[in-house]
Amino acid sequence: MTDVLTRRALLRRAAASGAFLTVPGVLAACGGSSSKSSSSGSDHTLAKTLHFSNWPLYIDVNEKTKKHPTLDTFTKKTGVNVQYIEDINDNATYFGKIQGPLSRGQSIDRDIIVMTDNSRYPSLLIKKGWVEKLDKSAIPNFKNLVPALQHPNWDQNRDYSLPWQSGLTGIAYNDKLTEPVLTVPDLLENPQLKGKVTLLQGMGDTMPLIMFANGDDPAKVTDASWDRAMKRIKKAVDSGQIRQFTGNDYSGPLAKGDLKACFAWSGDVVQLEADNKHLHWNLPKDGGGIWTDNMLIPKGGNVYTASVYMNFAYDPHIAALIEDYVNYICPVKGAKGELEKIDPNVANNTLIFPTNAMLDNARNIDSAALNNERYITEWQNLVSG
Amino acid sequence: MSFLHRHRNLTPYLLLAPGLLYLGIFFVVPLGFLLHQSLQSGNFDVGYAFTWAWGNYWDAIRGYRGHFIRSFEYAAIATVLALLFSYPLAYWIAFRGGRWKNLLLLFIVAPFFVTYLIRTLAWETILADQGPVVRVLRDIGILGQDGRLLATSFAVVAGITYNFLPFMALPIYVSLEQMDGRLIEAAQDLYASKWKAFVRVTLPLSLPGVVAGTLLTFIPAAGDFINAQLLGSPRNHMIGNVIQSKFLELTDYPAAAAMSFVLMAVILLMVALYARAVGTEKLTG
Repeated sequence: MTDVLTRRALLRRAAASGAFLTVPGVLAACGGSSSKSSSSGSDHTLAKTLHFSNWPLYIDVNEKTKKHPTLDTFTKKTGVNVQYIEDINDNATYFGKIQGPLSRGQSIDRDIIVMTDNSRYPSLLIKKGWVEKLDKSAIPNFKNLVPALQHPNWDQNRDYSLPWQSGLTGIAYNDKLTEPVLTVPDLLENPQLKGKVTLLQGMGDTMPLIMFANGDDPAKVTDASWDRAMKRIKKAVDSGQIRQFTGNDYSGPLAKGDLKACFAWSGDVVQLEADNKHLHWNLPKDGGGIWTDNMLIPKGGNVYTASVYMNFAYDPHIAALIEDYVNYICPVKGAKGELEKIDPNVANNTLIFPTNAMLDNARNIDSAALNNERYITEWQNLVSG
Repeated sequence: MSFLHRHRNLTPYLLLAPGLLYLGIFFVVPLGFLLHQSLQSGNFDVGYAFTWAWGNYWDAIRGYRGHFIRSFEYAAIATVLALLFSYPLAYWIAFRGGRWKNLLLLFIVAPFFVTYLIRTLAWETILADQGPVVRVLRDIGILGQDGRLLATSFAVVAGITYNFLPFMALPIYVSLEQMDGRLIEAAQDLYASKWKAFVRVTLPLSLPGVVAGTLLTFIPAAGDFINAQLLGSPRNHMIGNVIQSKFLELTDYPAAAAMSFVLMAVILLMVALYARAVGTEKLTG
């Protein structure tokens, strides 16, 4: 097995098992759990412990001690212990897990959780009033947030959320098995690739690339552009061109050669390429997707302590230390400069610090589309047969 | 103690109490919630409300008939295959296993030491396009040069068969193992051929195991979604995949609950017909 255990590889596999466990979990979620008295609001004392839920392999790790050096630094600086829990494997599954207690006004015993903005969940959490406002007075480093991420349409002023990492969605291919696959039409219609192609199962992951290929703007989805995109994907599914819709489980088959090309995330490919020089990743010429994982404070979490941590993570030096391990796109201004001092190779990788041309060519999906019932149902019926 | 002496007829109920309590809390109560949920309408944003929405059931059947049929098809084929593989296996261990019996049984159970998910992922590797199985099948011309097994119905059924094989093999083994060997001797003394002795004596006596095994395989297989998700393509997805995605991705709880009830009802009906056909005494021996 040459598989590299990437963050999303792990999360995808775990997602399947997680889902397996949570179906009965959802049914049984009727029993109550004790609600913690929240110390939220304007209380400016630090909690003893910060409970931080994140995705696997998404923060710096010292391979020998298995500790997270930046978290230890945080503890040393503030006296707050960090309980760091890698229990978010998939946006939908995690949301399924926390929505029960949150809807009953109970705490989920977390101060920070991380969710992706190409799913409907961050905006849903805000709309439902299940997340706390950040204490911006405790986050002077807020100014280090890159301008492009300052005003998402689901949280205009970043009152509730702060980016953790971003990533690009593009096309990966294996040059041993195929000529370079650089465009979506090639991926969907080239008979040489029949049955050797996968798309991503998240609507927000796949749709931007398809819509760009159709000449439509994924950031402004209309019924007409939606229907055009669906028609195009359906045609490729019916013809047998598309083999599956995947989470990150594309990485194994791609490395082994079961797939010739697929939609893939930039950060994974940084790690895959390191082990297999036949794998390549590009943003399609017509345009690709960009998404951001966001830190949020669920209701009942300690707002002040969580905000102090966010401020700490937005220190360019700390952000550089995290980035050096994570290899996704860093949202913190000044981190690149710091990283040049620590690890120039990473600092100069355009998948980690993309060029402006790349960023101009990538869009996230319209958040209104993510919440459109008809789209959600049609999409789900497409990917689950 | 004296209480129990005076009310001796209460003893069975007291012994049953923990089990009944457990079933009551963890099966009947959630089932009630599920039923309640299946009759709600609304959506996740504004919330769901109970409205006797029987339409959910109609939508489930009308919209996903294909998935239901596919699920029962796959489960039935996998059950038959598991029976064909398990019977000779169990027979051989019961009658020819000798002092290796326990070790051989351990081999049957061994895969269970690894989680379900990992076992299924292993099949993803075994059946991979560039893997040994596909390569051999291509070389001998059974598969075309671009043929594959992964992401086909074959892979899904193979995965289900493998994953539920022990549920079939163990009950059959138990019923064969308990058989009185002298009955076969007697049959042969009465001039039955080996084959005839098998058909007239061994097979009927092992039927309780076969019935238990088929039920233990078919029922969970029909609701399975892991195999279809990992080994199939969207065109092979089963009703379990739809329920899973309705619950967790779409948070459309009423629709998912209604589908779960339809699935349960159809399985109950099938099991009832099956039990009628073979006779329930076969299950209890």
